Amino acid sequence: MPMGRTRPGTPAGASPSDAASRAGAPLVFIEKQRGAFRLHALDADALALGLTPGMALADAQARVPGLVALPHDPAGEAACMERLADLADRYTPMVALDPPDGLILDIAGCTHLFGGEAALAGDAVRLMRRQGLRVRHACAGSPEAALALARYGDGGAGADRRPDARDRTTRQGDAAIRGQSSGPATCSYEHEPVAALGSNLRGRAASPCPGQASPRAQEAPAGRSRPRDRAGEAAAIRALPLLALRVAPDIRHALRRAGFATLGDLADLPAAPLAARFGAALVDRRDRLLGRTDSRITPRRTPPPIHVERRFAEPIAHVGTVMAVLGDLLASACAMLAERDEGGRRFAARLYRSDGATRDLAIETGQPVRDPAIMLRLFDERIESLSDPLDPGFGFDIVRLAVPVVEALGVAQTALDGARDPSRDLAALLDRLAVRAGPGRLRHLAPRDTHWPERATRLAPVASRTLPAWHAPMAGEPPLRPLSLLDPPERVEVIAQVPDGPPRQFRWRRQLYRIVRQEGPERIAPEWWRRADGHAGDPGLTRDYYRVEDEGGRRFWLFRHGLYARETDAPDWYVHGLFA
Amino acid sequence: MYESSRLHPALRQALCAVGARAAVPARMRPLGVAAIDRALGGGIATGRVHEIFAREAGDEASAMGFAVMLALRLAGHAGADGPSLLWLREEAAQRRAPLHGPGLVDLGLDPARLVLAVLPDAKALLRAGVDALRCAALGAVILELGGNPALLDLTASRRLALAAEDPGVTPLLLRLRGARPEPSAAQTRWQVASAPCAPFAADAPGHPMLGLALLRQRGGPAGFDWIVEWDRDAGSFRPATLPGARLPLSGGGSRPYADGADEAGDTGWRIAV
Repeated sequence: MPMGRTRPGTPAGASPSDAASRAGAPLVFIEKQRGAFRLHALDADALALGLTPGMALADAQARVPGLVALPHDPAGEAACMERLADLADRYTPMVALDPPDGLILDIAGCTHLFGGEAALAGDAVRLMRRQGLRVRHACAGSPEAALALARYGDGGAGADRRPDARDRTTRQGDAAIRGQSSGPATCSYEHEPVAALGSNLRGRAASPCPGQASPRAQEAPAGRSRPRDRAGEAAAIRALPLLALRVAPDIRHALRRAGFATLGDLADLPAAPLAARFGAALVDRRDRLLGRTDSRITPRRTPPPIHVERRFAEPIAHVGTVMAVLGDLLASACAMLAERDEGGRRFAARLYRSDGATRDLAIETGQPVRDPAIMLRLFDERIESLSDPLDPGFGFDIVRLAVPVVEALGVAQTALDGARDPSRDLAALLDRLAVRAGPGRLRHLAPRDTHWPERATRLAPVASRTLPAWHAPMAGEPPLRPLSLLDPPERVEVIAQVPDGPPRQFRWRRQLYRIVRQEGPERIAPEWWRRADGHAGDPGLTRDYYRVEDEGGRRFWLFRHGLYARETDAPDWYVHGLFA
Repeated sequence: MYESSRLHPALRQALCAVGARAAVPARMRPLGVAAIDRALGGGIATGRVHEIFAREAGDEASAMGFAVMLALRLAGHAGADGPSLLWLREEAAQRRAPLHGPGLVDLGLDPARLVLAVLPDAKALLRAGVDALRCAALGAVILELGGNPALLDLTASRRLALAAEDPGVTPLLLRLRGARPEPSAAQTRWQVASAPCAPFAADAPGHPMLGLALLRQRGGPAGFDWIVEWDRDAGSFRPATLPGARLPLSGGGSRPYADGADEAGDTGWRIAV
């Protein structure tokens, strides 16, 4: 499991190095609450020993001397869930997270690809279990129902689930840790991921709205009866405990006091009195759970306008073959783009490795394109410029290509003489260079509306469509601004006849320059509106710029920093630019 | 080593035919100064490598300016609509002396035509350069390299030359920061120095004046020295006026070489009063 979930120097003194020595010891994750370390999540061994979430670490260690405690890492856990969601992407593009430990998959229209709901769920469970996870899953007609069935279904707490006073029961998938020889064996999941798969195939095939179902894999899924049909599912939902409603604890308490125990008790009650007594949220939740209102998931990523994929019976371990497949996919994606009269600005390929790792390759173009050869070349560049090479490991079993950003692109009219449009060539070249060199390397010089020399040039991205025009110089004028501007200006020692007069000679980089020609001063005052204290505060020093030329014909742009006797008594001189 | 003189003349001829690529004839773009154009056989050749060195460290800005001017001569002085120019710089160079947009405008190059690529090292730069040279949409590519990178050997410059030949994109190798001339496949090698300009009234510095030395020319004479002035408005070089000449004040509406300057300029020195 490639997630560093352990940190050196944990409070319990656990470090990855002694991971092997503590195999078999009960494991807990701790969190600092109200000034004391308390157990946040426990593995099955720890639960069996009578430890409970929320217990102080000191108490737990007193009871179980060999206890291994690791700090709870919410960020790592969230990253892990994101990774699992990436994994689940292979079943459906519509994947949502249910923090902290749930995944919801909208499998509407996807199940036939896997041979049905059960086969899909079984495959997902196998995949998750190969990651060393214990998962519970359920399928239902709405996302809430699927989640509730997965979390509390089948009589709520199974053999290994103890209902907790807290909404979110904490538990430990110990299977995740033990027996994982590859990767840091110390990491584990406090929470069982809940995978919820959605499907509208069942019972409501006519409606295009995505209903959901949720698989949730358990250590012993065979013993778990899954609602196979609509009636069974409705019965299972009705049997759910009140915990599944996910309402505030006081409302749940009030419901229990009123004699309600399961969702079924509430199912047929009229909404108005229920809402008047327990709040509208309760009715809403109930209706969502029972599938009476249409609810959707918000997927992590919106499905791209175009995506194509290729699955292999056997994993492919050769990068060249993968690229060939990518070429095929690009060709079909480009054909789809051509049908829509569109071109892609961004192409994202995702390679799914058979061991669960994924690898993303993305390229962007300055102009919409739909030429597979160009795209394939850009992908080649991308792979070449990867800092770590594309490691096929045990092989890739899915290659998916998405075109998340598309723009209108008409059919290009080819010239009669077969000449190619040079601007297209240039765009292709810039794309290639940008993919290879990385973002921000290719720039246009764009003007800024300011007199301040340092700010006058802006480096704009080369893909910018419209840039403001530069002012045209007056005819007959010599260059008034230097070709290159030193940043920052370099201080020089200047000899001038009078302190506020033009410079006579200066020493720059240990060399003496005698000025024979000069023009100036050109006075440039700082922009007061850029100062934090605005007009009222110190506006900064004015600069008097001189264009000067020395005996050898070198031309410089010098400035005196500060007006003599008004702003400063000993103005400094700087060389700011070099003329051609 | 095989003695080629022993080969049968017919075989040798056949071998020569195999080796010789059908060289694409270069188009010549006149620089605007008759003496230089004569020495170059008509002007600066497109699709050939041209190397530009600075005479001293203080002349680097002039060398950069000369590269811009040559690129403008090669790509045409067509405002924003002309072919694009690509300037490849190393990160260090861009950090040391960033290009100043108004300064480019003052030399006649609309920065909208210029794509600036700032690359991490000489290797990336040369690679990007070879790629860019195959793109016929570019007018010229300026490859600015500091020092003498080991990568830029005869092979690399030959590669640049071959890449440039067919589409006719001209690479300008701008060699700064202590670069020394080395054997290369360049068509011409220039050394640029600053030169005292023809001042405007009140001793104001005038138009850019450059001292050019043609160090080397492939298949042509070399070893010339010229002093030329860049005329931004015409987008062309012109012969220098005599030192000590005074031009009218700038901005007064009178252009020193308003008309007929180029024809007259070919004949020799001019003094504008």
